[in-house]
Amino acid sequence: MGLEAKLNGDGFFVTKIEAIINWARKNSVYPMPMGISCCAIEMMASADPKYDIARFGSEVMRFTPRQCDLMIVAGTVTYKMSHVVKKIYDQMPDPKWVIAMGACTSTGGMYRSYSVVQGIDQFLPVDVYVAGCPPRPDNLLNALIHIQDKIGKTRPKDFQNLKLPELNVIQNN
Amino acid sequence: MELKELIQQKLKDNFTEASFEFSEFRNELSVKLNKKYILQVCKFLKENSDLEFLLCEDITAVDWATRKNRFTVVYHIFSIKNNFRLVLKSDVDESESIIDSVSSVWKTSDWQERECYDMYGIRFNNHPDLRRIYMPEEFEYHPLRKDFPLMGIPGSLPLPKK
Amino acid sequence: MDRLTKDNIQPKILQKLLEDSDITIEDALENEMILNMGPQHPATHGVLRLLLRLDGETVINCVPDVGYLHRGYEKMAENMSYYEFIPHTDRLDYLSPIANNVAWVLAVEKLAGIEVPVRAQYIRMMIAELARIASHLVAIGSFAMDVGALTVFLWTLREREKIMDVWDILCGARFTNSYTRIGGVANDAQPEALALVKKFINEIDDNLSECESLLNTNRIFIERLDGVGRISKEDALSYGYTGPNLRASGVEFDLRRATPYLQYDKVDFKIPVYQEGDALARYFVRADEVRESAKIVKQCLQLMQPGEIKANLPKSILPQKVEVYSKMEELIHDFMIVNFGINPPVGEVYHAIEGSKGELGFYIVSKGEGHPWKCKIRSPSFIHIQSLPHLVKGHMVSDVVAIIGSIDPIMGEADK
Repeated sequence: MGLEAKLNGDGFFVTKIEAIINWARKNSVYPMPMGISCCAIEMMASADPKYDIARFGSEVMRFTPRQCDLMIVAGTVTYKMSHVVKKIYDQMPDPKWVIAMGACTSTGGMYRSYSVVQGIDQFLPVDVYVAGCPPRPDNLLNALIHIQDKIGKTRPKDFQNLKLPELNVIQNN
Repeated sequence: MELKELIQQKLKDNFTEASFEFSEFRNELSVKLNKKYILQVCKFLKENSDLEFLLCEDITAVDWATRKNRFTVVYHIFSIKNNFRLVLKSDVDESESIIDSVSSVWKTSDWQERECYDMYGIRFNNHPDLRRIYMPEEFEYHPLRKDFPLMGIPGSLPLPKK
Repeated sequence: MDRLTKDNIQPKILQKLLEDSDITIEDALENEMILNMGPQHPATHGVLRLLLRLDGETVINCVPDVGYLHRGYEKMAENMSYYEFIPHTDRLDYLSPIANNVAWVLAVEKLAGIEVPVRAQYIRMMIAELARIASHLVAIGSFAMDVGALTVFLWTLREREKIMDVWDILCGARFTNSYTRIGGVANDAQPEALALVKKFINEIDDNLSECESLLNTNRIFIERLDGVGRISKEDALSYGYTGPNLRASGVEFDLRRATPYLQYDKVDFKIPVYQEGDALARYFVRADEVRESAKIVKQCLQLMQPGEIKANLPKSILPQKVEVYSKMEELIHDFMIVNFGINPPVGEVYHAIEGSKGELGFYIVSKGEGHPWKCKIRSPSFIHIQSLPHLVKGHMVSDVVAIIGSIDPIMGEADK
């Protein structure tokens, strides 16, 4: 198979502790499925037997933000919803990443109207934008691989002295 | 007697002062009436044993922008017994944009009228719970009015801080 | 982060929540609390928010709050041509996008008085029924997942993927199809696509039985749903229920039978009706409807004859792209239609089809211009969500999840 096939008998290999931690971290990304509209169905499809997000170690979709480190914003974010999205993002523990899935999440897409936020980067830091309306599940997996690359390049000292975000209490209406 | 004629006849006989105007387009019968009678006519259409319009499919309004009676409230009701759809219309002026609620006749009209209020600002008399449904309660405008721009009014809806 | 306090709830919602309810509980625990459910909740099928007033674990009152996905469709429709709005209808009920395309073009054709060739009508019927199957499969799967049976969800999604493959071949998109055009469909159905449909239809019965075998003999599933969320015939009608939810309450009403459109009067199908009106009955109606839809698709495949797929009205129907690039006249028509629209006559129509959730209707007011003066979307999910307080009152808080799953709301459609 993989590593264990190479290690028949007594063997050892040398690596940096940083590299092995990153290897473990990037293959166990817990996504927070912020499913809002159509893209949520394609996000579900990416977890189904055909596309199988489990191959990338991200099948553990947790619906509570406190256990997740990747937020997949899947769907149109309206002004009314934006406060909720922000509130959930604030509850996720650091370090955290955001995928803006689909055209309307990234830029407003086809919804040039009064109630749709024209791109969630107006209030969230976005790491990967995914094109498509909605993107095919393969495209979402591609974005996940990009996130994994990004995680693979981080080092522990990047997260030292990180400024905690201000938890602004938002009116719940 | 054909159903369309029957409905016209029954309405005319029972409500002599409601000033009905009947019209037909693409085989759909629509009835325009004075807004004072809307509740009574709806109740009659639902309870009359020959008609039985039990299903209220849709309540909405049309904004005619420059017309004297600016809004028309439109009701689509369906009779499962006769497989027939009837359109009721009633003009509402902007200065007095208020009409009787039919939520005592069909429970479904509760939310439909709330939507109508949210989008057009038409108020409904005796509505159990008239408040905005789609937009936040603090929002000041009515989006589907023709004088509201498509992209909205900047700053009217707040975004969270970055 | 912070607890839900009275200041956090909109005062009018709170007032509605605290108003007297007709639910009384014997030996009440006197532990009243208000629970906020959603908009981000795995079981609310999107962004539905419910405020529940609980006594112990029993729901006394419930106020749904919608509008978190309000994208302003009706306003956008007033600012675009009839053709431009076809892709937007995909995103209404995003579990059966192609059925919404059919509903919209049928409404526009009724307004403009366009007659569609028979082959196109059969293709439309076939795709609308396949969309119903796809939607019901997700509905059953996610419903089962909500009450704890995860495997069924994976199995029904596996079946749905086969329909997605059909869309892939048929129109090049697997999810948001925009396949229909005013006056016909975008392109003829390829033999490969029809062969796939045939294969799928022949297998669906067995595959669905396989999924059902996990549920119908599952004691947890049955006991969690039996008698939960019951609504009587009269209430269902008064709340404006249509579609599977109404048929689960014992009313045999189906727009395909009541006001036949397309070629539904030519095919033979049953309307499944259950009398109980509870969550379990709604599940059974959906499962039966999948089989009936498969039957309709099978008949469509038999009745479909080769022929035209677009009406021959160059002034109002977009020509094929190949012809636009190679012929002068088609180029001019394409330019005129894209830039100035199809200008249907002055008037207003309402056309509804039996969508997968219920009656999906479009009310269009035309002033003779290229874009609609007003477009109203009558969405079944919006109507069904309205009845949630009636359904959940008096039940346990864990039943709320099952009830939401059983009425199968789609927020894209409910919020427009």
